[in-house]
Amino acid sequence: MRKPKVAFFDFACCEGCQLQIANMGEPLLDLLGSIDVVEFREVMSEKWDKDYDVAFIEGSITDPHAVERIKKIRQRSKVLIAYGSCATIGGVNGMKNNFELDEARKYVYGQQYTFFPSIKTRAVHQVVPVDYFVNGCPVYIPELVAVLKAALQGIPYYVPDYAVCVECKLNENVCMYERGVGCMGPVTRAGCNSWCINNGNICYGCRGIVSNPNETGAKDVLEKYNIPMDLVLNKMNMYNKCRELKDNE
Amino acid sequence: MNKRNIKINVEYLTRVEGHGNIVVDVKEGKLNMCNLEIVESPRLFEAMLRGRSVFEAQHITSRICGICSCGHTLASIQAAEDALGFAPSAQTIKLRKLLLHYEILDSHLLHIYLLVAPDLLGVKSFVPLIDTHNKVVRRALRMKKTCNDVCDILVGRHVHPISAIVGGFTKLPRVKDLDAMLAMLEGMRPDMEASVELFKAVNIPEFERDSEYVGLVSDDNEYPLLMGDLGSTDGVRMKKKDYRKVTNEFVVPHSSAKHTKLSRDSFAVGALARFNLSYDKLHPKAKAAAEAIGIKPKCINPYMNTAAQLVECVHCLEDAIQIITDFKSEGINYDEEILVGVNEKNVIPVKAGKGVGAVEVPRGILYHEYEIDDEGKMVHANCVIPTNQNTNNVEHDMRKLVPELLSKSDEEITLALEMLVRAYDPCISCSAHFLDVRFVNR
Repeated sequence: MRKPKVAFFDFACCEGCQLQIANMGEPLLDLLGSIDVVEFREVMSEKWDKDYDVAFIEGSITDPHAVERIKKIRQRSKVLIAYGSCATIGGVNGMKNNFELDEARKYVYGQQYTFFPSIKTRAVHQVVPVDYFVNGCPVYIPELVAVLKAALQGIPYYVPDYAVCVECKLNENVCMYERGVGCMGPVTRAGCNSWCINNGNICYGCRGIVSNPNETGAKDVLEKYNIPMDLVLNKMNMYNKCRELKDNE
Repeated sequence: MNKRNIKINVEYLTRVEGHGNIVVDVKEGKLNMCNLEIVESPRLFEAMLRGRSVFEAQHITSRICGICSCGHTLASIQAAEDALGFAPSAQTIKLRKLLLHYEILDSHLLHIYLLVAPDLLGVKSFVPLIDTHNKVVRRALRMKKTCNDVCDILVGRHVHPISAIVGGFTKLPRVKDLDAMLAMLEGMRPDMEASVELFKAVNIPEFERDSEYVGLVSDDNEYPLLMGDLGSTDGVRMKKKDYRKVTNEFVVPHSSAKHTKLSRDSFAVGALARFNLSYDKLHPKAKAAAEAIGIKPKCINPYMNTAAQLVECVHCLEDAIQIITDFKSEGINYDEEILVGVNEKNVIPVKAGKGVGAVEVPRGILYHEYEIDDEGKMVHANCVIPTNQNTNNVEHDMRKLVPELLSKSDEEITLALEMLVRAYDPCISCSAHFLDVRFVNR
């Protein structure tokens, strides 16, 4: 059987999700045995000029050049996978959209801000169609492998659409609200095995908001534990600001 | 005299972190231009930090870079705690030193094996090595995995650590965790010895240019990584709050990342700088490795930065083992486990202030500087990344190197330049995420 041609591309991001792949250790060689990696700039000097069976996209779309580049990659790719929060939901790059764009650029670049073209941060699917999503900041390797398996077999992968709380309860963590601090778990998509709460921190919402968040329930929880609403809304804007984008923005 | 014309334009340099170009222009044997261009697209992190709680700064700034996320975490926490006037406990400091050892080990090994080794073995990436040098690749991945696994135990994960926050750790390692980390690190020793053996056999390009080396320095006997004053091989010594007097950032037209200089035209930071500044304080086994590889201070061959990284790997591995052994005998105080969130419960008293973090991360000194208001909200942020500090030095190296190579083919010159840039282990996404920092409203 011909091995599928797989390429990895990075846009605006920290490149931590591709590092997660290197962190797999020797099992990586098994993975590499079943695919043919044809482009991966950070670790390879080789280039490929034909079509890709699978393209992995890391990072958000944040400038006009990136829009053109992702469109070209989409045209050459049979299957396109957005991996990592920056790609799937805009992630921390979306915080830029909390500010008026030119003001943010002037703040960082001063009067030369026009030298560096920038647009509102978008997730990949807000620019081109995406076939599979691997959420998380960073991605959770067991999920990445599950998605890749599904993609290579041509079957769908369904991102869990229930709250992180479900996994957190199964892991028998004490609820962060019981401990007196606000947590994004109740409205965030599961699939990470409640990674952060298992380690004593709160959920920051990096996997995106469930499609039908229980807003009333969340309000009740906040009231019960006396956690201010703006604190939680502000946290939501850390990873999930891009969901507010309209098509014409 | 060689009257050649050479035009080299390496777009999107590979096997480095982030996006950079090398541009060389030689006319009739005379070097007109020799630049390292930084073309990474900006992410405006400083702008995004404004108005957020200082207790969220670590979470956000660790996302500047996946490779050095533990380093950013430690510099961010140090800046935040300095601004808040919070002094971490001795136990916390020791655990942070352990985390930094893991970070340096992990990053250096990635660089040595996956990014540099293909050049030394004459191939384009580590992928062909799977067939030709299977044992080496497996060893690399095994060591990388160990670093990752010990980080998982200590802070939840290596990429964007979870439990290291302002104030301390949200989860402290249990006895079984200490045992597991110790077993893994001790198990890494044979692979580390094999790495030193491998490095003894490879040819490092010969090239020298005397430069100023900058790093953390201290008066005690510890190889300074997490804390210290700022110092240089030209005799500079300053407190970390005066870091701007060390970096002296300036703008150049061909790069969107700022350049720096101190006592001369340029300076270098990173493993080679630390090695040159604090060689005496390295672990004896690290000194033995240095002797075996053939590197001694003051080494002025920038290609040897990779060798200095390997020496530091030995040091960090041995010192990490020592730290864990100490914890096993002294025990860990679990009452120090903290829960902070965005400080809803006022676990840490908040006041307005300014603070600086200066930490030796794998590629050199990383500075974070924060100013917060009396509610603990970020008013200003500034970060100076090791790669920004090195870019100017790389260019000065290239300008000396190219004329020495004029008898070689374009391909050989290109490879020599690519290898030079890679030797510095640039982290271009980091450098550009903070490029051209200017506070217009200050």
